[in-house]
Amino acid sequence: MEITNFWVYFAARPLFWIVITLMAFLLAMALNRKVGGSALLHPVLVAMVLIIVLLQLSGTDYDTYFEGAQFIHFLLGPATVALAVPLFDHRERIRRLLVPLSVACISGSLTAVVSTLLIGQLLGASDALLLSLAPKSVTSPIAIGIADQIGGYPSLAAGLALMTGVIGCLLAPLVFKMLKTRSETAIGFSLGLSAHGFGTAYAMQRSTLTGAFAGLAMGLTGVLSSLLIPLVVRLMGLS
Amino acid sequence: MVQGFLILLLCQLTGEWLMVWLGIPVPGPVAGMILLLIGLVVFGRVPDYLRMPAEGLIRHLSLLFVPAGVGLMVFADVLAQQWLAILLSLVLSTFITLIVTAWMLQTLETRQRK
Repeated sequence: MEITNFWVYFAARPLFWIVITLMAFLLAMALNRKVGGSALLHPVLVAMVLIIVLLQLSGTDYDTYFEGAQFIHFLLGPATVALAVPLFDHRERIRRLLVPLSVACISGSLTAVVSTLLIGQLLGASDALLLSLAPKSVTSPIAIGIADQIGGYPSLAAGLALMTGVIGCLLAPLVFKMLKTRSETAIGFSLGLSAHGFGTAYAMQRSTLTGAFAGLAMGLTGVLSSLLIPLVVRLMGLS
Repeated sequence: MVQGFLILLLCQLTGEWLMVWLGIPVPGPVAGMILLLIGLVVFGRVPDYLRMPAEGLIRHLSLLFVPAGVGLMVFADVLAQQWLAILLSLVLSTFITLIVTAWMLQTLETRQRK
């Protein structure tokens, strides 16, 4: 058997791309640990680049890759549902801060979508791109749903949300220094709101309290945005 | 474990159906999350068989983003043509959002404590 036939035989099997995805992720995690957990070399980002390079080199298209990778992707649904558990765990603290949290969540989510759309529009982004940019601060599984809903590209929206997550973690220390933010609640909540899962993972490194509020912000922003973004988009005449 | 995973999937499925039926533009998994939260509040605690798969999934959340992230390759053209607009709107908007949220919550919290 020629080596090319061998490749075609294996690439056609979904299992191969699941294995590659897991291996790329583990490799990316190891690399990230080695450089001291820098957000710029986030495991997701590194794994994505590794896999894209491999797909390009082997001439494999995304659909073929996704035939295998969809089994991992599928778990995003139940994982999103599972976010109810940490929310339930911190219900007492949430109840106490209900008003400040709601106000911060509404103004933050609104700022996120309106500023993205305005800046994008100003810089001449196409409508399809704008609609994919709109849910950028929302955690990817929800961003995919929202983009689908308003007529953007779901998979582009997911990628842009991932980029936002990395950017948020890089900018956060600067912002907290500027504002002299000491409150762990405010730090966690703003990280989760603007940088969703990435911000939550980053906040978890500070303390579990910071992480819990980041998780809360991610959940709340997700729910609120799925109602808010279609509305804002319609008001701005984009769909 | 299996029981807990089934609960997660059932919540998602019910969420999908409800949103389609009611015509509300909330993604099924989000509706499922709200359903599960209501269920937990009514039930009063998180059973171990649910906590295990739930926390397992959340711990490895970032891995689950990889397949969708690789999808960016399909949009290489869009990214190459409009990279400046994309990068600037992501960076500036994230910066503004962080400031607004952190400042707002910080101020409201101090006021509530007084």
